[in-house]
Amino acid sequence: MSTAHPPQDRAGTPDAGDGHPDGAAPTRSRVTFRVNGEPADLTVDHRATLLDVLREDLGLTGAKKGCDHGQCGACTVLVDGRRANSCLLLAVAQDGAEVITIEGLAAGDELHPLQQAFLDRDAFQCGYCTSGQLCSAVGMFAEAAAGHPSHVTDPARPAGRGPVELTPAEIRERLSGNLCRCGAYPHIVAAVEDVTR
Amino acid sequence: MKPYGYVRARSVEEATAAHAAHPGARYLAGGTNLVDLMKHGVETPGTLVDVSRLPLDTVEEPPGGGLRVGATVRNSDLAAHPLVRERYPVLSQALLAGASGQLRNIATTGGNLLQRTRCPYFQDTGTPCNKRAPGTGCAAREGVHRDHAVLGHSPHCVATHPSDMAVALAALDATVELRGPDGERTVPVTEFHRLPGDHPERDTVVRPGELITAVVLPPGTAGLPSAYRKARDRASYAFALASVAAVLDVAGDGTVRHVALAFGGLAHRPWRARLAETALLGAAPTEDALAHAVEAELGLAQPLRDNAFKVPLARNLAHRVLSELAADRP
Amino acid sequence: MHSTRARVPAAPAPALGVATERIEGRDKVTGTARYAGEHARTPPDCAYAWPVPATVARGRVTAVDTAGALALPGTLAVLTPGTAPRLGESDDPTLAVLQDDAVPHRGWYVALAVAETLEDARAAAQAVRVTYATEPHDVTLTEDHPDAYRPEQAGGRPALRERGDAGGAFTAAPVRVDVTYRVPPLHNHPMEPHAAFARWDGEGDGAHLTVYDSSQGADPVRTALAALFRLPEDRITVVSEHVGGGFGSKGTPRPHVVLAAMAARHTGRPVKLALPRGHLAAVVGHRAPTIQRVRLGAEHDGTLTSLSHEVTTHTSRVKEFVEQAGLPARVMYASPHSLTDHHVVPLDVPTPSWMRAPGEAPGMYALESAMDELAGALGMDPIELRVRNEPATEPDSGLPFSSRGLLACLREGAHRFGWADRDPRPAARREGRWLTGTGVAAATYPVLVSPSTAAATARHDGGYDITVNATDIGTGARTVLAQIAADALGVAVGSVSIGIGSTRLPRAPLAGGSSGTASWGWAVHRACTRLAERLARHTGPLPAEGVTAVADTAEEAGRTPPFARHAFGAHFAEVQVDTGTGEVRVRRLLGVYAAGRILNPRTARSQFIGGMVMGLGMALTEHSTADPAFGGFAERDLASYHVPSNADVPDVDAHWIDEDDPHLNPMGSKGIGEIGIVGTPAAIGNAVHHATGVRFRELPLTPDRVLPALA
Repeated sequence: MSTAHPPQDRAGTPDAGDGHPDGAAPTRSRVTFRVNGEPADLTVDHRATLLDVLREDLGLTGAKKGCDHGQCGACTVLVDGRRANSCLLLAVAQDGAEVITIEGLAAGDELHPLQQAFLDRDAFQCGYCTSGQLCSAVGMFAEAAAGHPSHVTDPARPAGRGPVELTPAEIRERLSGNLCRCGAYPHIVAAVEDVTR
Repeated sequence: MKPYGYVRARSVEEATAAHAAHPGARYLAGGTNLVDLMKHGVETPGTLVDVSRLPLDTVEEPPGGGLRVGATVRNSDLAAHPLVRERYPVLSQALLAGASGQLRNIATTGGNLLQRTRCPYFQDTGTPCNKRAPGTGCAAREGVHRDHAVLGHSPHCVATHPSDMAVALAALDATVELRGPDGERTVPVTEFHRLPGDHPERDTVVRPGELITAVVLPPGTAGLPSAYRKARDRASYAFALASVAAVLDVAGDGTVRHVALAFGGLAHRPWRARLAETALLGAAPTEDALAHAVEAELGLAQPLRDNAFKVPLARNLAHRVLSELAADRP
Repeated sequence: MHSTRARVPAAPAPALGVATERIEGRDKVTGTARYAGEHARTPPDCAYAWPVPATVARGRVTAVDTAGALALPGTLAVLTPGTAPRLGESDDPTLAVLQDDAVPHRGWYVALAVAETLEDARAAAQAVRVTYATEPHDVTLTEDHPDAYRPEQAGGRPALRERGDAGGAFTAAPVRVDVTYRVPPLHNHPMEPHAAFARWDGEGDGAHLTVYDSSQGADPVRTALAALFRLPEDRITVVSEHVGGGFGSKGTPRPHVVLAAMAARHTGRPVKLALPRGHLAAVVGHRAPTIQRVRLGAEHDGTLTSLSHEVTTHTSRVKEFVEQAGLPARVMYASPHSLTDHHVVPLDVPTPSWMRAPGEAPGMYALESAMDELAGALGMDPIELRVRNEPATEPDSGLPFSSRGLLACLREGAHRFGWADRDPRPAARREGRWLTGTGVAAATYPVLVSPSTAAATARHDGGYDITVNATDIGTGARTVLAQIAADALGVAVGSVSIGIGSTRLPRAPLAGGSSGTASWGWAVHRACTRLAERLARHTGPLPAEGVTAVADTAEEAGRTPPFARHAFGAHFAEVQVDTGTGEVRVRRLLGVYAAGRILNPRTARSQFIGGMVMGLGMALTEHSTADPAFGGFAERDLASYHVPSNADVPDVDAHWIDEDDPHLNPMGSKGIGEIGIVGTPAAIGNAVHHATGVRFRELPLTPDRVLPALA
């Protein structure tokens, strides 16, 4: 993205909608956060999720809405470096956050190595879960590097003492929060292994 | 979702004051369940009081031992915490058996305890549900209830509590610290969640306006052998059909010095198996003794039309975990 | 605007058979591929629509109170059965939305809220109050349901076929298997929920409707909208550029696109409508449950003397759809006496429809499980049993097979899987708490093809533009069509630009029935062949507008050849069963296919594996329940309807055998999108039997079924 996101309101929403009909607390607030390194300064409906603001207000439709309830992972983005389901994050609560979406993963024209590995391994079909898979895997790399265990990590392994090796079983478990109905899982695991090797 | 107000609290005092000041206020931490339910129209806050940035995000070692876990410590951080991993393995295992990597990055310790049942009728405003709309009836009794309770349910509600973490905390004798309009109080996790009885709309003993500030893991269960096992429909990212958290300490003479057994997925709250524990305490944890103890507890089960399988499932899981812990002792 | 330049380096001819990278791959991994609800930056005046589903299982809407919804900030309109615009006639009753007050099932749409923002639209929909006159409902399928009837057709074929005296031969057979299998309702659940953006431009006779729809076929959507909105087709444009999966559920136009167009016309605003995941189970089709009785009679040497497959399934009250599960039994095995039959029960349930390999997937689960049972009864190796009953011609029609690679697949698979070392005794392999077992099953899927048109243009600058209104739902259609074009033109695939996914392009059939590549590819091949001929005759530089050739395969693709044409496959599975919990986990899955010429090994492999993963879900995790108390389906979200997660899917491998079949299409290909799901559930079920010694006859194999049986 080359330009900053300009301050803007949700299209078509009258300013008069700022308050409760009875004049109680405001129902919209101004928030500022960064998306893919660029500042975003918006007035958001308190009900709006980060996912909907990204998709409907900022035109960043890479993060997908598969279920809107945290049950599929297609909306996964990185918030302050950690992977998160953007469909469950209220935008108003993200003031000051650093958000990375799939659109911000590549360095200009140069793909992130995992994006390239997904191409090399044909690790997707319809592509609708792909953004979430990629952001989730990037978050997973950081977690494993920090020594975070998973459900399949040996309980006897001391935590926080060096990175966890991303075996196929670890990758499968750690990426299980990203459903893929096309069934590309074996190729996704292969692509992740290409990058971790 | 009707429009609502939003307040970001910078201190616990500010949070409780804001809650008191706004009718229909709800605390927002990770929001993984609250936002989900707001979208369904099940939760209809007038104002959200955002407590996610309160300075409650640390795990501390109190002078007397144990661990004090701040209410906004994320599930993933708690599961990965070296002291939790080392001293309370059942807690780390339970956390990692729940949800997904990205959800655990959002969900908080306090919020996990307060998550609500995943009963499909509770989430569907088009059906009766005594928990959502008191007095309308329990749809699950007649409807689809394979995933529902076999222990401690009432004619008014057969929902289960969905948390994995809470089951481990119950087995560890953890306590919950609450701050509310009337000051501070502490509640054992085992008494934190209610059985449905006549008031299934009340999941917990939390009073209006009270905020969870911390969960305290006692020194008494630190370092004891413990484990969590969960059975589910798919290999990951699924709620428990049944789960077991167990702590078992066998003395040098081969008798049980400490035992705690808690079931998840079977009841409206994490189910501490007191009958089983009583049977085992002071006894040798032989296969027979374990089997009889677990059987005694599950004798209390009253399965519904379509969930009788949960009883042998829980029995086998509990027997397996206890048996492994008994065999693992040095 | 829908043209995407192939981003692969110039490949040496021929392009077909090469594992070419997906043309749109880079757009998908960078998040720039636009799906229906995302076609462009949201227009400033875009409104959002949110449908209101019925909360009763059967009855009539008596009143819709919209006052609360209209009083909310941002609400633009609430359409109800009383106020919605009247639609023209449609041959699909599920598209007659908001046209009358009848509620045929829970989840049927009874109102539509339109508002300024997504949040406002959801709030408005939740504030609509609907009252109903309810009637007693029945959503429960039983074998002996009094309303069951035999439809004329199942999947376009006669519902009943009988050869010889199946009943008499069965009674006389020395070895008999008479078993009943059950498959629950299943949901497609593509990752992209159905969505549409609709915009009307102009007035009166100049009005033009533009729709971006998540569909498997833009042309059928346009045809449906033309009838419903009483417009000539040339005043409607439907775009389906990138589609986030469909698996059959986007194969026909769905209510969301009608509602979006309706809302846009009513409000005069562009409208976006993305269905909430929780609505899908009721409005975009499902795989109907089946109760399948299979009777196999055999000689002691395994020779089948009688084969009966009788299917009972459900449909809705508004539309007949029959899951054609009895069809594969007409193809698979030689038997002098045979009966295949279908009955359907209309219930107060949502309308079922296509889900990946309709008929074959559940039908082959039952047939191939029964074959495994017969092998057990005979003490015979299950592969040997299939070899013994290999037919010389298609059993039902007597037609010769254009090619039939089943035995080659079984042998190749057995070799790769290590089948020869298998100990056939059930329940004989225990590793701690795990029982392990292996199983095999055959797969089949028909070769289908539909007429299509296409255009090929040689550009002045030396490149080629190929256009056809194909749809890429994840199959890699763009890529394989570019390969077909490159070979027909004798040029590098990198010089071919391919345009698909819009009704502005030459008319083409939908992506369904594993027929897309054959149908579109045939037309592309023909257009390119013609263009090549024309270019060969051309002298001098090309004109500025280039040289174009068009093709229409109505004649050749519509011809019925004197052959039975099917793809075949063999599936092998190794499973573990936890004896304490009843949890079943797959350790290995192998599929070997005979599907004509494999045009792009990279994308083909993904489709085969993807089908097998969906088959794994059908076997182990996926089920839905028609709620007897409240109607509709109880499992409506992805937390309760369990599609397989990554952790469920271990070592999965797909291979194929070379098949040179001259009776198919110019490319020599058979469809590959569906066969992967077909044999997988039976292979897994047979492996579970081998592991445990218990024969389960109802899917899925979840702990609630498995554990009690192991006790």
